[in-house]
Amino acid sequence: MDQRAPNLLDEALGLVDEEKTKPWPLSSRVVLVEDRVETSGAFVLHHLLKRALSPHSSNDVVVFLAFSQPFSHYDRVLRKLGCNLTAQRENNRFFFLDLLVSEFPDGDEGNRDGLVALYGKIEKLVSTSFQENKKCITIVIDDFSLMEVAANGATNYVLDFLRYCHALTSTFGCSLVVLNHEDIYSSIERPALILQMEYLADILIKAEPLATGLATDVHGQGVLFCESRWCN
Amino acid sequence: MATSKPRTSSFSRNLATVPSSTPGLKYGPNGTIFISSGIPDLDKILGGGFPLGSLVMVMEDAEAPHHMLLLRNFMSQGLVHKQPLLYASPSKDPKGFLGTLPTPGSSKDDKSRDRDPENENGLRIAWQYKKYFGDNQHHFDSNRDVKHEYCHDFDLRKPLEKHFISGQHIDCVSILDSPNLAALRDRCATFLAQFPRNDSSISSAGRIAIQSFCAPQCKYSNMEWDMLSFIRSLRSMVRSSNAVAVVTFPPSLLSPSFSRRWQHMADTLLSVRAIPDEDKEMAKLLTGYQDMVGLLNVHKVARINTQVPVILDATTFSIKLQRRRFLVLESLNQAPIDSSSGTSYGTSASCSGSSKTGTLDF
Repeated sequence: MDQRAPNLLDEALGLVDEEKTKPWPLSSRVVLVEDRVETSGAFVLHHLLKRALSPHSSNDVVVFLAFSQPFSHYDRVLRKLGCNLTAQRENNRFFFLDLLVSEFPDGDEGNRDGLVALYGKIEKLVSTSFQENKKCITIVIDDFSLMEVAANGATNYVLDFLRYCHALTSTFGCSLVVLNHEDIYSSIERPALILQMEYLADILIKAEPLATGLATDVHGQGVLFCESRWCN
Repeated sequence: MATSKPRTSSFSRNLATVPSSTPGLKYGPNGTIFISSGIPDLDKILGGGFPLGSLVMVMEDAEAPHHMLLLRNFMSQGLVHKQPLLYASPSKDPKGFLGTLPTPGSSKDDKSRDRDPENENGLRIAWQYKKYFGDNQHHFDSNRDVKHEYCHDFDLRKPLEKHFISGQHIDCVSILDSPNLAALRDRCATFLAQFPRNDSSISSAGRIAIQSFCAPQCKYSNMEWDMLSFIRSLRSMVRSSNAVAVVTFPPSLLSPSFSRRWQHMADTLLSVRAIPDEDKEMAKLLTGYQDMVGLLNVHKVARINTQVPVILDATTFSIKLQRRRFLVLESLNQAPIDSSSGTSYGTSASCSGSSKTGTLDF
């Protein structure tokens, strides 16, 4: 099977590149993936990982902030998709930050070590890669609601972190992919966090269950929203 | 023991070559290892049982204690298989709960309720559709030959024999009076440290059962972010150990947003609902209504090491007590409708229906 055989998601995101001349089309873009309890949107992350780490583009680097699953899980999933994460990690193309047990308490005084230090780490990885002439750097966050829990609910704190990462997209031309759960915020009256994230995002991908219920072969439906200024 | 290869992907491990030396563990695809939930039907529905490293959450119904049925079977199964157990509950004396655990039914009873579809090949009357029902059933039936049974049928009328409880690693914690969750977190951490997950062969698996986690009588129950933080750390700790944690909670006591956050944390998400007594509407709609104790919904099935979701034929099952002793889960079956009424119904999983005159009852 041709590894680059495009599917609808690729086409919608502009990832189809026959001549391999265009740069990574998600550069400087923010992608927000929203999912629900019934339908997980993690498959979009796996797919983007696979595309970002494909052998054709040896200049790509992925910085992965994992709050949800350990490395072994992604390793197995991507292996089935034809991508060897262990090898990519050794080649310094895939940086996996295991944040499953990390806590980021927000203190009033200067105890903001957690997220500030994390941002510093990311910024260092991104700028080093940029200086090494890596064309496309992708930062992936899986998933953002768990970062909120790690910060004990300090919404402004995590939003600041997100904005700083967003600033990296314009400074270094990297792309930012974030996964969050839309049904958590749908019952809040003014869900500031998700609204701000949707505002920052250039591309919004929603994974939803089928309106008609269960089906054997179809697991759900995806809706892709794209900011008009970026669409070609 | 010749097993038919399950008809999943070619990546699935050939079950026949892996001897199940440790009873109570079953190897599944994608490098997962299952332990039984204690309810044979639930194991079948979930594709083998609860995978090690996963967090199972059960949403309670405030009107009925059906989540206790799930918890009891889960705990008993672990004790029968000599798997260490940590049990936390909001009662003053959690140890007392151990006296209500069921005992495995005798093998004589097992044979009489054998519903192996291969035995039904003799009945070749009109019901031919059975042969098209998924091959999922076949490779589980082959495990019934194994002497040390993976999943027992628990007799809810008889208490668990004393020798299963004494001399076992059972840790009981009361979460009623703790002002915060630090103590429980530490207990879980020490417990899970006994089952680290590494590449070497697995010696034993652990089970954690936490009952009614956000019960209002607990002092920490209004600290919403703290509870969420506890669940997150429990989930992360369980991920890196060979254990399964089952947490039950009443979602009505949480705000909708937090309830959703809890649901997202779960790898396997179930909910139990009470069935109102003497509901004439429902009696007309479903067969076997009188025997039903409650309803079980499967919202999410754990997907560890894979991204392929499990699509079930049905997500709602009725909880019945067979011969008032054994817990069974059955798909809902609509009662045949009177042909004179013109209404049509949706899937059999929905229980809302309009009243109709005259139904055919078996």
